[in-house]
Amino acid sequence: MNIVVCVKQVPDTASKINVKEGMVDTEGLECVINPYDEYAIEEALLIKERLGEGKVTVITVGPERAKDALKSGLALGADEAIHLIDEAFEGSDPYATALLLAKALEKIDYDIIFCGKQGVDEDHAQVGIALAELLDLPHVSVVVKLDISEDKKRAIAHREVEGGKEVVETTLPAVFTAQKGLNEPRYPSLKGIMAVKKKTIAEWDAQELGVSPQEVGREAAKIKTVEAMTPPGRETGQIFQGEEPGEMARKVAHLLRDEAKIL
Amino acid sequence: MSNDILIVAEVREGELKKVTLEMIGKGAEITQALGGAVNVVLMGSGVSPLADTVGHYGVQKVYLADDPVLENYAPEGYTKVLTDLIKETDPAVVLLAASTRGKDLAPRVAARLAVGLASDCTDIEVQDGRLLITRPIYAGKALAKVVEETRPQMATVRPNVFPAPEPDTSSTAEVENISVDTGDVRAKVIEMLKEAGERVELTEADIIVSGGRGMKGPENFPLLEELADVLGAAVGASRAAVDAGWVDHSHQVGQTGKVVTPTLYIACGISGAIQHLAGMKTSKYIVAINKDPEAPIFKVADYGIVADLFKVVPVLTEEFKKIKAEG
Repeated sequence: MNIVVCVKQVPDTASKINVKEGMVDTEGLECVINPYDEYAIEEALLIKERLGEGKVTVITVGPERAKDALKSGLALGADEAIHLIDEAFEGSDPYATALLLAKALEKIDYDIIFCGKQGVDEDHAQVGIALAELLDLPHVSVVVKLDISEDKKRAIAHREVEGGKEVVETTLPAVFTAQKGLNEPRYPSLKGIMAVKKKTIAEWDAQELGVSPQEVGREAAKIKTVEAMTPPGRETGQIFQGEEPGEMARKVAHLLRDEAKIL
Repeated sequence: MSNDILIVAEVREGELKKVTLEMIGKGAEITQALGGAVNVVLMGSGVSPLADTVGHYGVQKVYLADDPVLENYAPEGYTKVLTDLIKETDPAVVLLAASTRGKDLAPRVAARLAVGLASDCTDIEVQDGRLLITRPIYAGKALAKVVEETRPQMATVRPNVFPAPEPDTSSTAEVENISVDTGDVRAKVIEMLKEAGERVELTEADIIVSGGRGMKGPENFPLLEELADVLGAAVGASRAAVDAGWVDHSHQVGQTGKVVTPTLYIACGISGAIQHLAGMKTSKYIVAINKDPEAPIFKVADYGIVADLFKVVPVLTEEFKKIKAEG
């Protein structure tokens, strides 16, 4: 079974996001593998371990530093890594990113494709689903449980929806986007980290993928950011302290009724 | 080319969700600037009666795809029906709810049409004849204003952000049945597992009562549930409470959970890590209860109580009960 996990490098969620000259300034932020991609990798590894066979490939689109995200995947136990890297790819929007991944996937064998349900940077939550469409595959998004059938031709996925879970049955190959709760991601072992050095990361550029630079990157973006802003701050509120707790609670309850007028 | 707007109604279990009306209201604003009509598409099984309801909100036309094959949501089938309609009617703008369904359907439709899509929008303006869309990024730590270069301009709209218009029962919409050809559907819903209880869903809730590490354990969450019951609120949690295994992840508010915009958010024993604040600080009113006066949550609170939450929350519950009883 060939399992491909699409990953993205993003700023750590503990980062404060600064806006400089109308654009988000990520310079100097600590970058990590997208948290949702960790669930995707873990699920791929669990399936491989359960079946006792298979290959897990991690793939990313990004600049040179994004290799670290692939190395994180390799350290956790992925077998191979592919880096889609070209100056022409910079500034790609979700559609172009999905297109690049689709072109790469057309060159390799796959039975299951995993993505995180969204990147915690720009929060588009589109790439995995668009990738399924471009490859003409079924998809299940926001997956919190996944079972592969014995004949490896079907899967049953639970997806998180308002007020419960939808149980979805799909044929394979398919794309699944991982939600927190799918599993408990492992930490890399020392052996895993050491093994990264022995694994190679393939680099594929626009020519290798057969995409023209006009199809991808900043200029081809179908959605463009005109301006980024820091959200407006909140005004300082009334903080009660040092009184009897019940008394403070009563005061706040009445303020909500009389001042905020929401009860 | 028309400047019509197509709104994809959010229907779950035969019920029209409020976000549909919020989108219709926003759609009407856009058409005031651009011209064109606001039209709605209803997809599902047994959804015909909802066409009348939708008609009361100033909609010109309701496209009705009422068919048993649409009973359960399936991305491929819904994508086919919706893209067929878009290709035929060529709207300038297509809006969907940023619900689990809208967020699943919109990217597939946008990819099939090879057009842009702005996810989870919180504002839409019209500038130079096209949409200027505001969407939170980094879970709301920053905002991006975006434009789309392709037609139709597509967006998913966050619930609870735009006001719903008042109905006018004298107005009606023209209803047109559209063809339902779902094509080949490989991923199908075979069962729905409902969460126990009738509590309102986090992203749709008007009031949220949320607990963090200060709750000390899962055994204390009933305290928040009692408060939530009195207020008709949803129950949320911080990542600390979820990662400790006290609460299911579906209740997590914040950067790796849900981003919420209720009218009132009551944070109990939540310190206010940057990831949590990102997910809730656009709430209209925030009440924070925490023992630590230095907790960052107080920086975003409208009303703060520095005290032991176990002494505060039961009194709040009683007090709200009294206020509710007084009417």
